Amino acid sequence: MTLEEAPLSLATAPTRRLNMIEAINDALDIMLTHDPSVIVMGEDVGYFGGVFRATAGLQKKHGKTRVFDTPISECGIIGAAVGMGAYGLRPVPEIQFADYIYPGLDQLISEAARLRYRSAGEFTAPMTVRSPFGGGIFGGQTHSQSPEAIFTHVAGLKTVIPSTPHDAKGLLIAAIEDNDPVIFFEPKRIYNGPFNGYYDQPVEPWAKHPDSAVPEGYYSIPLGKARIVRPGEALTVLAYGTMVHVAEAVCREKGADAEIIDLRTLVPLDIETIEASVAKTGRCMVVHEATRTSGFGAELAALVQERCFHHLEAPVERVTGFDTPYPHSLEWAYFPGPIRIGEAVDKLLKA
Amino acid sequence: MNRNASGVGRGNLPRLALHVPEPKFRPGDKVDYSHIVVPEAGKQPRPDESVAASETWPLCHDMVRVLGDDHKAIGPWDPKLDVETLRRMLRTMALTRAFDDRMYRGQRQGKTSFYMKCTGEEATSVAAGMALAADDMVFPSYRQQGILIARGYPLLEMINQIYSNRADKLKGRQLPIMYCSREHSFFTISGNLATQLPQATGFAMASAIKGDSRIAAAWVGEGSTAESDFHAALTFAAVYNAPAIFNVVNNQWAISSFSGLAGAERTTFAARAIGYGIAGLRVDGNDALAVYAAEQWAANRARANLGPTLIEHFTYRAEGHSTSDDPSQYRSAQEREEWPLGDPINRLKAHLIALGEWSEDQQAAMDRELVDMVKAATKEAEKNGILGHGLHHPFKTMFEDVFEELPWHLEEQAEQAIRERRIKWPTWKEYEK
Repeated sequence: MTLEEAPLSLATAPTRRLNMIEAINDALDIMLTHDPSVIVMGEDVGYFGGVFRATAGLQKKHGKTRVFDTPISECGIIGAAVGMGAYGLRPVPEIQFADYIYPGLDQLISEAARLRYRSAGEFTAPMTVRSPFGGGIFGGQTHSQSPEAIFTHVAGLKTVIPSTPHDAKGLLIAAIEDNDPVIFFEPKRIYNGPFNGYYDQPVEPWAKHPDSAVPEGYYSIPLGKARIVRPGEALTVLAYGTMVHVAEAVCREKGADAEIIDLRTLVPLDIETIEASVAKTGRCMVVHEATRTSGFGAELAALVQERCFHHLEAPVERVTGFDTPYPHSLEWAYFPGPIRIGEAVDKLLKA
Repeated sequence: MNRNASGVGRGNLPRLALHVPEPKFRPGDKVDYSHIVVPEAGKQPRPDESVAASETWPLCHDMVRVLGDDHKAIGPWDPKLDVETLRRMLRTMALTRAFDDRMYRGQRQGKTSFYMKCTGEEATSVAAGMALAADDMVFPSYRQQGILIARGYPLLEMINQIYSNRADKLKGRQLPIMYCSREHSFFTISGNLATQLPQATGFAMASAIKGDSRIAAAWVGEGSTAESDFHAALTFAAVYNAPAIFNVVNNQWAISSFSGLAGAERTTFAARAIGYGIAGLRVDGNDALAVYAAEQWAANRARANLGPTLIEHFTYRAEGHSTSDDPSQYRSAQEREEWPLGDPINRLKAHLIALGEWSEDQQAAMDRELVDMVKAATKEAEKNGILGHGLHHPFKTMFEDVFEELPWHLEEQAEQAIRERRIKWPTWKEYEK
């Protein structure tokens, strides 16, 4: 597949029903085929194809020097990716869980993020760090975290979080093509189906969701452009990843005419879409699964307050995880599910 | 039983004691370096570049030396360089020292904020750098200005950077001496310690993935080998047999922390190679010919797809860590005088004189010429401003290169910075090129 062969219009492209893992695998496959400078590396990503199977079959197809296993060292994985970028490659390292990215933080924050700046453009770090994040899989405190705010706080990093198979493929391709370092967090709770927050109900597979229709071949979704999941008049919901689906389900259940915005990219943020929506609805709720204090919701609430104050008819509501480590047995007590979101919706609409 | 931290142990067991390493000499102490084993030059075997890594390991506890007490080059490690190359090596080392002296004074005169000399360590960068191909990628720490000078990077550009002036290619963003030149295959200096090591491994891996012939060479101080990046870099390099050279400049001091705080009381830094199963060499870092020979050996090995080498350059940091440091506060001033491996420039000079190819008069004349050359470059750089004059760069440049394209939030912040400039510095004009 080359760019020239890409479908002229996404709307007319043939599609396949894929879950998010398959969509990510497809994006990696296309980019490995399309661009010889792309390499995929990480713990268990080679022969085995990744603990979530996101890289399944890629080593066999593209060879051991394009898709390979690494030692268990996030510092080494990110550090090597910086050096590979300096050579001219476009590495796509996988960090097996976002919870394990911290040993690589110095290489991300002090190196990759600032390489272009400190070298005045002579060296860049065109890497995409893929990592499953978020909870809801009984992963306990070491397989559930949502550390996106650490990265949005860093000048020079882009942070992307898809919420559907369709977006996961297009955003991942855009991230890999981007010449800046991108943190690509994959909400692992929705790898296999669009979780609606009602954990005691049977899991829906992606196949029944319209956004599992993934166009074949190459396409990209520009970074920094939000998606309006559902237009509405009563309130604006700003969410990303798993929480897009949870918020959508809760608002549907409550009959609230919410405009639900899937941010897709946290940095750079699509401020225009946010402003236009809040100007219309006058009410805003921000939702994330991550801990509350200094979370990305605080940034969103501040931006809405700064830029939409005179449109607001109620204080911005912030629905988040609690400021605790992600608990194991009390996972669903921690998770910002239907009750927490529902109360915030009520509060906004009554105000 | 719930025991607190009272320090009361079981009566029948010896009390545990924490060992905190302490250097042998502190300010005012008489220095005696008789504990440092300096083997006779020329006695160390030189294995072929293609040997199994393990055959190099005896050399990790030895010290490769070429220049003998009679200033002659001797033994299998003699790189047998022609006289022109030797003179160029000497000249580059002397130029590096002249440059350091001038920049140090410039900092003291308020022309910039910070400087770091490499006095006494010139061979570890200049001689090592000369043993590499011009396009081998160098991942330096902050004390390898000698490599840039050896590769012909203009002094003027270096000084522009040190002054953060309007001609500074790095737009005044970096601390002085944190150079970068892609054209000279010299990676941007970080300032965070040892981060360049896994990057060098990654570059070497990329070169191997692409079937290229370029190798990567990294430098790091012995103190920074304690960073986890060192372990990551050597593990990856060993695993993938990456064409990389890791130069550990053991100059004995990491600011005020002596090498014992990085593990030197237990083994050599070269011996770290043994644990990773890679080739290792320990070299007299003040013997420019030994440094050249070791680097050349490692480069040949890497280029032949035979994997990475760790080289410990045993040397001495003759001056402070930086202009912000005062070593008289923590080490004996006698150390420099007593250092058993001498001075790298004096030793190479004596070698050329012993060969009948140089003289003290020629050295003195060259030193004068180099001082003038640095002075001229300094004057030229000062035309572009010095740090003390401040605000050399258009304010918008502060926001550029954070990303490839300026996102809306940085556009807004740039507008604010420019608005503040008009209030705070109403007469300030952006420099017109």
